[in-house]
Amino acid sequence: MIAEPASATSPKGGDKRLKMLDAAMRRQQFQADALLEVLHSAQELYGFLSGEVLLHIGRSLKVPPSRVYGVATFYNHFSLKPKGEHTCTVCMGTACYVKGAGEILGRVRDELGLSERKSTTDDGKASVVVARCVGACGIAPAVVFDQEVAGGLGPEAVVSRVRGWIR
Amino acid sequence: MTVKTLLLDGKPVSAGEGQSLLDLCRENGVKLPTLCHLDGLSDVGACRLCLVEVKGSNKLLPACTTQAQEGMDVSTTSDRLRRYRRQIVELLFAERNHVCAVCVANGNCELQAVALEVGMDHVRFEYQCPQTELDASHPRFVLDHARCILCTRCVRVCDEIEAAHTWDVANRGAASRVITDMAVPWGKADSCTTCGKCIRVCPTGALFEKERAAVGTSKNRNFLVYIKNAREKGQWSR
Amino acid sequence: MSPTDSLEEIAQRRNAARAERKCRVSVCSGLGCESVGAGAVLEKVRARMRLQGLAEESEVHLTGCRGLCQRGPIVEVEWGPAEAKERRLYLDVDEACADQLALEMATSGAPPASLRDHGGEPFFTRQTKIVLANAGVIDPEDIESCIAAGAYSALEKAVTEKKPAEVVQMITESGLRGRGGAGYPTGLKWSTVAKAAGTRKYVVCNGDEGDPGAFMDRSVLEGDPHEVLEGMAIAAYAVGAEQGFIYVRAEYPLAIKRLRAAIKQAERLNLLGAHIFDTGFNFRVDVRTGAGAFVCGEETALIASIEGGRGTPRPRPPYPAVSGLWGQPTLINNVETLANVAAIVRNGPAWFAGIGTEKSKGTKVFALAGKIQNTGLIEVPMGMTLREIIFDIGGGIPGGKRFKAAQTGGPSGGCIPAQFLDLPVDYESLQQVGTIMGSGGLIVMDESSCMVDVAKFFIEFCREESCGKCIPCRAGTVQIHDILVRITHGLGNFEDLEKLEDLADLLRNTSLCGLGQTAPNPVVSTIRYFRDEYLAHVNEHRCPAGVCAMAGSTAAREPSRAHSVA
Repeated sequence: MIAEPASATSPKGGDKRLKMLDAAMRRQQFQADALLEVLHSAQELYGFLSGEVLLHIGRSLKVPPSRVYGVATFYNHFSLKPKGEHTCTVCMGTACYVKGAGEILGRVRDELGLSERKSTTDDGKASVVVARCVGACGIAPAVVFDQEVAGGLGPEAVVSRVRGWIR
Repeated sequence: MTVKTLLLDGKPVSAGEGQSLLDLCRENGVKLPTLCHLDGLSDVGACRLCLVEVKGSNKLLPACTTQAQEGMDVSTTSDRLRRYRRQIVELLFAERNHVCAVCVANGNCELQAVALEVGMDHVRFEYQCPQTELDASHPRFVLDHARCILCTRCVRVCDEIEAAHTWDVANRGAASRVITDMAVPWGKADSCTTCGKCIRVCPTGALFEKERAAVGTSKNRNFLVYIKNAREKGQWSR
Repeated sequence: MSPTDSLEEIAQRRNAARAERKCRVSVCSGLGCESVGAGAVLEKVRARMRLQGLAEESEVHLTGCRGLCQRGPIVEVEWGPAEAKERRLYLDVDEACADQLALEMATSGAPPASLRDHGGEPFFTRQTKIVLANAGVIDPEDIESCIAAGAYSALEKAVTEKKPAEVVQMITESGLRGRGGAGYPTGLKWSTVAKAAGTRKYVVCNGDEGDPGAFMDRSVLEGDPHEVLEGMAIAAYAVGAEQGFIYVRAEYPLAIKRLRAAIKQAERLNLLGAHIFDTGFNFRVDVRTGAGAFVCGEETALIASIEGGRGTPRPRPPYPAVSGLWGQPTLINNVETLANVAAIVRNGPAWFAGIGTEKSKGTKVFALAGKIQNTGLIEVPMGMTLREIIFDIGGGIPGGKRFKAAQTGGPSGGCIPAQFLDLPVDYESLQQVGTIMGSGGLIVMDESSCMVDVAKFFIEFCREESCGKCIPCRAGTVQIHDILVRITHGLGNFEDLEKLEDLADLLRNTSLCGLGQTAPNPVVSTIRYFRDEYLAHVNEHRCPAGVCAMAGSTAAREPSRAHSVA
């Protein structure tokens, strides 16, 4: 039905992912209201939301493409670009900010040559993103390495962890 | 249909069922500045220019989305309302690149008209001067983001009247921008029917016709009410 | 676990079994403790018990957040005969320590005396737990342990003994107010929804906890999901709804997982679903995930999000209570608000009204963070003074530094300076000093914080989270932020302060929703109490706290052009 979505991340499983996405939409009875839930499923399956995937979702749920795009770009959680193999999420919530998250973010970005506008390294190995609060304020400053939350680390510790990813 | 009586700037007036304060004002010759409102389209209460004071409410209420209620005591103007309206227009002018001298809508622009109406003659805020682009990919129309005030009239008319829903808004906050289809160049937006309604409803020079670019635009926006009456009531009244 | 067992039977069975057991070990599974290996600690204890042949006679389980997040993993031990159980609370329990603890318990029947018990410390004893009462007692992933602690007994009482209007009355009499920040009387909201006309009503639990620095709701959803589900069900019964949604932000995957599991477990026991407690009351709950937009904590934006759209707010009136989800009457309550409901129904409104102050009843969960000895989660009665919270429970300011200010209400709130340390913490008092209760984030700052920098931090947050629909917020937060960036780079002038005050007034009065209306609060509050700091920045180009790089760097010369449009 649609061409295999071009994915920079995983080479395998294109067809399977599409089937799983369709199953997710079926579970929601293809309701237009379920757009956010479906986008979540798609993001989980593909790692990001490509134009083809968005178009497919729009067609399946009978939602106009501009609306799908508008919704996908409204929320921080959805990414229209592939993320790196590893993601370092620096929490910039108040508690973490007060405990020096700003410096951690700056150091980590410098280490990988990234910035506010560029969040993924050219070789696709690592991304650095900012979270507005992951709710781990008790162990501020909080940094998430992929799925793992770590607290109370200084800039050096965070940087050396991230260095290990790109070596 | 219950009729309500209320006070409008101290004057007793009557309002019909579901009548908005904005409509009531117009009926009674009270002028309120508006930008996101357009007769024939749903109201969103986004530009905040039509805010009025209602006794008993500590919040200002947008006249376009507030229904007249029995016993309301509405004030449409005051020093502070005047100040807010001016500041809102200042913020708009500072937000994008509204250089009237080289704009196709110069002289026929609702933003200019509102600026005059609210007495805005200078901008105290920092001009943001964002980098904006022009999309001239469509065979007949042009989108100039520099002039867009995000009133969303284009989005609403394309959704509610033409029903193609070509337009929508992407991103959030000050990074918001209007887009067509999957944020493709307008010329590549399959859903666009080239009906031109968005051009006609746009208050500024953000959306204009290529062939009018040199001579300037002048837009007649009454067509919406005409269409709506025709479609909903079977009446073609001019 | 038969669906036909009554709640009482399940509770009795479980409690009897627990009483019989030689010992019980609960390991805190809050995020703080998880991040330092609580999972491994749990496994270690279980393994040791198995090795010692005590697997059957011991109960080892996960439990909800114990509150002292920097001292995890936190383990509580209970042992002794049924009539005389003893308890000890241990901090910083690593795997080795856990093994030693388990071994000692297995061999001698009691924990090692050498391990220090922290259970008697002010952090733990000075709190009053309602919402967090079950931490240490239940296993959030095991519904029977929750039932044994009383879960769903209030729902049973409500649907079998009371009429919906009576339940609304109970909540009204209790004085419960919205814990999401605004403090709106909950009973009044319920009553409005109950009386509103509509074909289908909805109950929505707002778990979008977007305030940076707040994690109360997260802890409740992860640590005691049934408490929230029960609250929702009671609310649904009271207002006449049959469908509920829990909107949880995407950043809380564990909460989402626990909730989904809890809902399934409750459905299996027919505590959710159709004909609950064999009455005509039906109630279904679905989880909806947020996607990273602070504005979606605002009620109408939340509704737009559940409806599958951009999270842009709508003008109010009409209020969601009258016209909400899909135009129907919708009750939206915060997680913590709903978490109080079951306790109120169980113990009666008078009990709840007996805690707190005249206008602020009950307790409040706070997330203590920043420059404070004991960071973590606490629950205290309304009216406790800020001094008690920060110095008695919080342990004071570390490093011998001075208290400078406490920030409440996140980006919608203000700062409380030292002169108000004896302020009772309740809705009205906080409003009077220019802040709000907010959702419960309480950030403590010492002399090393620059208040101008703090204001800049919050307005930057609002700028990024602004939905963009209305002009004052979309364009105004940018202007305010740019001014503060200039000021904190030594490029500000006195006129900038006037502009800040004008913009603050504009946003507060003309923004479409609470985000824009309250965005100026941190700025206004810090100018009010720390004006001298602002004056130092603009007149002397000096940052008294030594935080801002005042060199007039090039970064500030070009106000943030973070957005190129199109």
